[in-house]
Amino acid sequence: MNFELLTQLVVNGLIVGTLYGVVAMCFVLIYKSTRVVNFAQGEFLLIGAWTCWALLVKFELPFYLGFPITLAFMLVFGILLQVLVLRPMIGEPIISVIMVTIGLSMFFQALIAWIFGGYTKAFPTVFETESVNIAGLQIESAYIMSMVVSLVIMVGFYIFFKHSRFGLAMRATAFNQQIAQSLGISVKHVFAAAWAISAVVSALAGVVIGMVNGVSSALSFIGIKVFPVVILGGLDSIIGSIVGGLTIGVLENVAEFFDSQWLHVGNLYNIAPFYALVIILMIKPYGLFGTKDIERI
Amino acid sequence: MASAHSRMRCGEFRTNYRQDTTIFPTPLARRVAVVSVLLLMLVPMFGSAYQLNLLIQIGYYGIAALGLNIVVGFTGQISLGHAAFFGLGAFSSAWINSTTGIPVFFCIPLAGLMTMAVGLLVGIPAGRIKGLYLAIATLASQYILEDFFARADWFTGGSAGAMANPFSLFGYQMNSDRSYFYVVLFYVVIMYLAGTNLLRTRDGRAFVAVRDHYLSAEIMGINLNKYRILSFGISSLYAGIGGALFGHYLGFVSAEGFTIMLSIQFLAMVIIGGLGSVMGSMLGTVFMVLLPEVMEFGVHLVGSNNSALTQALAYIKEMAIGLAIILFLIFEPDGLSHRWKMIKNYWKLYPFSY
Repeated sequence: MNFELLTQLVVNGLIVGTLYGVVAMCFVLIYKSTRVVNFAQGEFLLIGAWTCWALLVKFELPFYLGFPITLAFMLVFGILLQVLVLRPMIGEPIISVIMVTIGLSMFFQALIAWIFGGYTKAFPTVFETESVNIAGLQIESAYIMSMVVSLVIMVGFYIFFKHSRFGLAMRATAFNQQIAQSLGISVKHVFAAAWAISAVVSALAGVVIGMVNGVSSALSFIGIKVFPVVILGGLDSIIGSIVGGLTIGVLENVAEFFDSQWLHVGNLYNIAPFYALVIILMIKPYGLFGTKDIERI
Repeated sequence: MASAHSRMRCGEFRTNYRQDTTIFPTPLARRVAVVSVLLLMLVPMFGSAYQLNLLIQIGYYGIAALGLNIVVGFTGQISLGHAAFFGLGAFSSAWINSTTGIPVFFCIPLAGLMTMAVGLLVGIPAGRIKGLYLAIATLASQYILEDFFARADWFTGGSAGAMANPFSLFGYQMNSDRSYFYVVLFYVVIMYLAGTNLLRTRDGRAFVAVRDHYLSAEIMGINLNKYRILSFGISSLYAGIGGALFGHYLGFVSAEGFTIMLSIQFLAMVIIGGLGSVMGSMLGTVFMVLLPEVMEFGVHLVGSNNSALTQALAYIKEMAIGLAIILFLIFEPDGLSHRWKMIKNYWKLYPFSY
């Protein structure tokens, strides 16, 4: 048994897992505050990464200018999406809301593929990447950077929700919309803010992944990978999304290890999370940290 | 004094349960249906190959769409994995035919039953969960089945795909569009009549009760688990038969055809046509099959020599589907069948619409 490969893969899993955790957090943020399951989460990453790429490569802006413009664009994009598309859907059945986000996902995926083509494009080097030797493992500095960015985002989320006035308003809305409204919180603004924050942070994650792996339409598949993560952690738990992200990240890399060493079935890397998803739904449908629905008649 | 027959009708008034549970709402609707089927039977004599191809597509997709409507529109469950069952039907039929030598004529219903068995199996977790969780579980089943298609060489031929023999009846090969059209038409009529009939039965009413309020339904003695799983099974049966017809039409089944994209298109057919409407499933299918053709026509009209636009055609078609879903959900959430009902009522009540 090849222990060195296994530890290397587990470390990779943890790094990818933190990114899954960040995207899952954005997903949970939207679900918690607006009760919308966003199937277009992956497209936020896609749009963010391509916008940044276009600004840096086509318009030749320096990174310190292009990156904030990308974030500002995503902020406006998130708000517009909520106001124009999701707001009319309030009060509609779950199937309609799900289908609207699926429609959005399909539309933007095709639009982006039309504009930028289907091939992977490399990000211009912003930071020098080199391999760093940590405890006998070769880790690229880009990976370390992505992990640091993810951790900063997580801490940022924590501070925002625990110690800011608007964060408190968002938590109140998530707890009970009617009570929040009667206390003078503008639920409309909270909804728009949830989408805006989610879009911005997802775009950030998209740019980070783009720097490491190059920008391509494969980014949107992370939006699908998010489902096993949030189901494992619980649909409405921020902590759960981080734990779930790390677990699924490690799980798929370990699956890859077993696949390459013994099983040789191929593609287990992509499919293992979905088997995990089905098993979790069978034994613990509300996940590790999710609140169990109790319905009263 | 005017007799009862010369008075203008101002609506349909049903006075007993028998009138309320007929297959066709009015005698006129029945005659229109019969005449339109007869007219469709004439199409192969006059229609071009292109038109026949479109009609055949509408036929097999329409059968699968009705199946999805039974699970989504009538039972209120969500399925994001319908394309996988459609594919399973196509592969099963080809597999049964090539391994056992059973004629294709019997393979199509057998493939339907085989898909139904798998659907019942997938439906077991669906009996426990609902709403979002079910949507995500069926999404997982879509990916797992897709992976299975790509891997199971013995069943699907793996990446090479499977050959499906043409349909034959009494030694007469139906491998042209003209003759295969009748096969599809036969199945459409049977499956749609069976679907409408299902809703008149005890089981059909149970589905609707589960959708409308599952707690009340359970209190009234409806076994929730049984009906949720059963609706998945019936929906898979429809998907399997649609898929089998698809497979024997193309003659070749490849694993790449049954992606999440096709599942989304099936959902779009059901939503655009109208959730909980048998006729709506057909209207939605017609819309979804014709939409890409209209896009293609439009692009050629705008710039047939504009190569950039022609190259982007695939993306434009996909965007049109996404946009159609969004716009319908925002502006006409009840679908085409609701719009059709409103048009009918307008003419029935004209000029005094109240």
